[in-house]
Amino acid sequence: MSLLIQYTLLYASVLILVALGGCFSEHSGVINLGLEGIMVMGALGGTLTMRLLASAFPEAPAIVIILLVILVAATIGVIYSSLLGVACISFKADQTIVGTALNILGTAAATVIVKAVNTKADPNNVSSVVEYIKPKQAFIVNIKGFEFNWFMLVAFLLLIVSYVTLYKTKFGLRLMACGEHPQAAASVGVNVYKMRYAGVLISGALGGLGGIIYVTSGVSEWKFEYGVAGFGFLALAVMIFGQWKPTRIALAGLLFGLFRALSNVYSGIDFLASLNIPSAVYNMMPYIISLVVLALTSKKSRAPKAEGIPYDKGSR
Amino acid sequence: MKNNKLRSFFKNSSVQAVLSSLVCILLGLLIGYIVLLFINPDGAAKAIGDLVRNFLNYSKPEARFKYFGDTLVKTAPLIMCSLSILFCYKVGLFNIGVAGQYALGIGISLYAALAWNLPWWVCILLAAAAGALSGAIGGLLKAYRNVNEVISGIMLNWISLYSINMLLTQVKEDTSPYTVVVKYKNASALIPSLGLDKLFLNNEYMTIAVPLAIIIPVLIWVLLEKTKFGYELKATGFNKNAAKYCGMNEKRNIIVTLAIGGALAATGAAFFYLTSYEQWNCSTSSVPAMGFNGIAAAFLGGLNPIGSILSSFFIQHITEGGAHIDKMLYPSQISDLISSIIIYLCGFVFFMKYALSKYLAKRDEKDAAKAAAVKKEGGNK
Repeated sequence: MSLLIQYTLLYASVLILVALGGCFSEHSGVINLGLEGIMVMGALGGTLTMRLLASAFPEAPAIVIILLVILVAATIGVIYSSLLGVACISFKADQTIVGTALNILGTAAATVIVKAVNTKADPNNVSSVVEYIKPKQAFIVNIKGFEFNWFMLVAFLLLIVSYVTLYKTKFGLRLMACGEHPQAAASVGVNVYKMRYAGVLISGALGGLGGIIYVTSGVSEWKFEYGVAGFGFLALAVMIFGQWKPTRIALAGLLFGLFRALSNVYSGIDFLASLNIPSAVYNMMPYIISLVVLALTSKKSRAPKAEGIPYDKGSR
Repeated sequence: MKNNKLRSFFKNSSVQAVLSSLVCILLGLLIGYIVLLFINPDGAAKAIGDLVRNFLNYSKPEARFKYFGDTLVKTAPLIMCSLSILFCYKVGLFNIGVAGQYALGIGISLYAALAWNLPWWVCILLAAAAGALSGAIGGLLKAYRNVNEVISGIMLNWISLYSINMLLTQVKEDTSPYTVVVKYKNASALIPSLGLDKLFLNNEYMTIAVPLAIIIPVLIWVLLEKTKFGYELKATGFNKNAAKYCGMNEKRNIIVTLAIGGALAATGAAFFYLTSYEQWNCSTSSVPAMGFNGIAAAFLGGLNPIGSILSSFFIQHITEGGAHIDKMLYPSQISDLISSIIIYLCGFVFFMKYALSKYLAKRDEKDAAKAAAVKKEGGNK
């Protein structure tokens, strides 16, 4: 049971962070379908940092490892998301195409980079696996069999920060105005381009962070050919199910995290194992729920009104 | 005068489309080359050459022809996926659900072939029906519940993937996660080759799926450009409200479009899996990449059915070419990297065309001003 809670909280942390990323981007007016790719890149930065630290500074204190990994993962996410920003904000490219391209590019680039790094270190190693058994321990505190992960706290804090930023600061309110009616925002002196870049880059930081949490959640090595197995898309579902609001996103993240955790550990729980439902059903559930909820509620959807439309100063 | 001819040549929209696609391809290959240089500068030129040559790497002409056939076999599903994307895009819908529809096509065609022992054409029709149903769900949600088709498409992608994993687990090999090989279990489910396999030097996977995948885009082009129905669909895409005002049934048009798109993608899956070229891995954890590559092919082909045949072939060509790179030096995913960069650059196509047109217009203006000045001078004398 404690395993179920542990996985639920970890997966919820990932989903909440990435969904908040999507939330920032969409509130600024840019649909970020590239979250999946951003997660892969963040995971790449984070895992390589962990491996480097483990070999170069094996005695580094836990807090240094934690902070460095978080910093690198978020930074790589920001850099990678700038590809989306440049194309969709400055060059008015189609956001769906560019997002899709970033997803494919993320997995392909990460695989190429990891293989190149592995082959450099050992010419016979052509795998795309990064291993991080030891540095991973820095993130875990064992409390009577329950493995508390510092990432859970990070996610919780960032959730509060995001809520405050969006609703209680000038910046957040201006950001949301750019997603609702950019021309109106511009007419009162808000720089729409800047705000949209801010939204996209924040989503990059949160997405990158979500990526590293995901790959370290259950295992101690990651094969980058797999990308992040659809977690970026699941986070999009969380964001929609959460109606673009941080508090609801948190609840949606917990619910969908529970389903993902169930698909991992259901065989260990007697009651669920006796039901004999294949894990694919648990994996499918979040998507089915989102689709049903969308069908029922989309008439009064709270999606930002101007999302997906490139900002054009001249239009009304 | 020659200058003007050249300029009007560049003003032609199809010339601009071809040009911008070529720019995307060249830039994509260039970036790929730079990445190779970073990994290992010694073999980069040879590696990018191997990638672009693909089947031409074989020295024997027979082998070349056989592997050319292999590339064509894999191009067929890609053409169908890109066709699905561009057909819906013409009606203003982004069918990102193509990957899930493709997955459903795999699931239903293989299940019909392996569990029910049905002949190939029934398997294809069932797959197409399943794809159409999935597309229609997205269409219904869009038309009646105002759900964005991109969002519902993404959800349906994953639902489809997990569903076919469950379905195909019933027809998998006992000792592996892969489905039973079609040609051993039910030879009648293999798409007939009508002698094409002999033509391609006994390439057993070469079937009539390949010529069909070339005929279908032509039919789609005729449907879109030459029929009243196609005109209605495009009108709905341009402006839903105007179409409704003119008495077109815009809700039906949206549903039908996505259903056709779904059927196309699923048919593509059947075209490939009913050649027995590949088995499905029932523990696959990601949506088939073919669908997303279809997006690349559609946009690289300038959203033209004929263009998508060429661009699909190109993308499949370099994807296959990746296997020819020296694996001890470079990862074969470099070809995925290049094709994803090409898709990314396709996002800029609109901007490229805009910049080119603006540049040409400026030049025209300058010339006109010059001509006026010359005329004025002449008048003064």
